[in-house]
Amino acid sequence: MPAVIETTDLVRDFLLGEIPVHVLKGITFQLERGDFVAIMGPSGSGKSTLMNILGCLDKPTSGTYKLEGSGIGDLTRDQLAEIRNKKIGFVFQQFNLLARTSALENVELPLLYTDLPAKERRERALKALQAVGLGDRSEHQPSQLSGGQQQRVAIARAMVNNPKIILADEPTGALDSRTSLEIMAIFQRLNREDAITILLVTHDAHMASYANREIHFKDGRIESNEIIAKPRDAQADLAALPPEAVETVKEEVTA
Amino acid sequence: MNKLLSSLRIALRALRVNRARSALTMLGIIIGVAAVIAMVGVGAGATARIQDQIQSIGSNLIIVMPGSVSTNGVRLGSGGVSTLSEDDAKAIAAECPAVAAVAPTLRGGVQIVFGSANWATSAQGVTPEYTTIRDLTMKSGQFFTDQDVDAGAKVAVLGETVSQNLFGGTDPTGQVIIVKNVPFTVVGVLTPKGQSPTGQDQDDVILLPISSARQKVIGGNRANAKSVGNLMVQAVSPDQMEQALSEMTTLLRERHRIQPGHDDDFTVRNLTEVFAAQETSAQVMSILLGAIASVSLIVGGIGIMNIMLVSVTERTREIGLRQAVGARTRDILSQFLVEAVTLSLLGGIIGIVVGLTASALISYFAEWSTEVSLLSVLMAFLFSALVGVFFGYYPARKAAYLDPIEALRYE
Ligand SMILES: Nc1ncnc2c1ncn2[C@@H]1O[C@H](COP(=O)(O)OP(=O)(O)OP(=O)(O)O)[C@@H](O)[C@H]1O
Ligand SMILES: [Mg+2]
Repeated sequence: MPAVIETTDLVRDFLLGEIPVHVLKGITFQLERGDFVAIMGPSGSGKSTLMNILGCLDKPTSGTYKLEGSGIGDLTRDQLAEIRNKKIGFVFQQFNLLARTSALENVELPLLYTDLPAKERRERALKALQAVGLGDRSEHQPSQLSGGQQQRVAIARAMVNNPKIILADEPTGALDSRTSLEIMAIFQRLNREDAITILLVTHDAHMASYANREIHFKDGRIESNEIIAKPRDAQADLAALPPEAVETVKEEVTA
Repeated sequence: MNKLLSSLRIALRALRVNRARSALTMLGIIIGVAAVIAMVGVGAGATARIQDQIQSIGSNLIIVMPGSVSTNGVRLGSGGVSTLSEDDAKAIAAECPAVAAVAPTLRGGVQIVFGSANWATSAQGVTPEYTTIRDLTMKSGQFFTDQDVDAGAKVAVLGETVSQNLFGGTDPTGQVIIVKNVPFTVVGVLTPKGQSPTGQDQDDVILLPISSARQKVIGGNRANAKSVGNLMVQAVSPDQMEQALSEMTTLLRERHRIQPGHDDDFTVRNLTEVFAAQETSAQVMSILLGAIASVSLIVGGIGIMNIMLVSVTERTREIGLRQAVGARTRDILSQFLVEAVTLSLLGGIIGIVVGLTASALISYFAEWSTEVSLLSVLMAFLFSALVGVFFGYYPARKAAYLDPIEALRYE
């Protein structure tokens, strides 16, 4: 079975006017099914640039990227859109939910671009919402949800299509430590139960410790790529937290 | 179908977010469509009115007048002496195969008196053929007969206007009126015809047998006891008009012994053609009105394009997100196209209602008949959809080809 992600000597240059800026300078690595990778590195080192390429939103200047064994280099715009639709889920730092649109419809969004009938779209979206613990918030609009809940809606949206990989670029960057833990717990569950390969960009070493592999970036290159022998368990850490800190947020929202 | 419904729902929701803006944008289309419908209605009303009037004159009509008209329009010749006679009429009826009927007429102004009432009108001396040619029917009584014409009977048929002015609402049949000091018995009243294409009241007339009119009322030409004013001729069919014209010209030149190279002493005119020209000008007017109104529809379309461009910019992040989760070029394109078309179609439907109301008001207050056809409503509907597609395409295309990364990062 081919690796889920396989990159060979990925290079990405941007042109600032006439001058080329070398952002990725030869990235080679592989990820298998069920990997949970934390990508760390200083600001501007090219993490997001790599995520864009892995998410088929961008193409490398040179080098190859194979997703489940097939290269994406020659694909058209619409073929890339289809791959994003079927194999990739995105989670953003700013959640990126549609305003004035219910949580359920937000989760349903990727399914709108499939051939699924409306009834099945609903059912799957609801199931995804339930999986992130928001089955009772399906009619709420983003403005009626807390940050953590919004990010959970975003995760439900990322997983609703049963993707092979989930790309999360600083998903906990806008959240407090408790809600961040909740998000990590969901990622760990998706990773373990559904064997989804997860790439998590983070500046927080503690968050990285929930992954089972850690890649360090520096100046457009991979500095280190190591297996974490004993990842922490988010669910267990969450249970160990004193309970009162949580409820204040939730109370406000339901009120 | 399901897909279309759900994109319609999405479009309606997006349009509801900025209600006022959507309404103002639609206003352009509403005004455009309403103007097109009302203006085309006014134009069609005018055309229909002229067609009615032409119908009222009679079909396939040719008029033969004494004297000739030179190429520059100056009337030459006869010096008031009528060159046409009842015998010419009979000869035409007998010898021209393309002619269906001929009616000699003699016209003059008269004063009619009945009791203390009097009325000045135009008297026409005619034969019963006149009813066929002019397509006249009787409101009451009978038209006079060929025997009345032969005998020079003092009988008269009144037009509605004359009847109203002399007799009010009562039926004048059997009453005796005085025409130029000569008593005539009224035998009937004509069914009203309304205005002629030249704006004359066709019911302000009294019809007399041509013989009695010549002897007692209008006073024909002494040189020719059977002289007439004009000949009204009806061709067999519309495509026989030219044939009838040439047959008559040849026959009359022969009968009047006009040498080759000399001018005719009579003039033949195709009446239908004269009025058809008026009809054409009314149609041109309605096309012009419609065209001017269409300009406002196009201006409305530009408004839609403007708003859609603003909307695409405002929703850049949404577009980026949709692209990231798998929207293809055509998905985004159709989303924004459906939105633009929804805007223009809604405007179009409201515009149709406004346009129908406006033309009803015009008919009512301006007493100007308007005719809104189903076709013009359908065209307006279709055209507003087209405006949406045409002016929505550029913004939609712009949205569809946004770079997803830049769109996602857009502030
Ligand atoms: N479209 C672009 N045009 C020019 N330069 C770009 C473009 N996109 C990214 N860059 C440059 O590439 C470099 C890496 O950017 P990138 O967003 O990948 O960094 P990052 O590692 O994600 O940083 P951070 O941790 O702050 O998010 C930056 O110097 C940035 O200015
Ligand atoms: Mg980044």
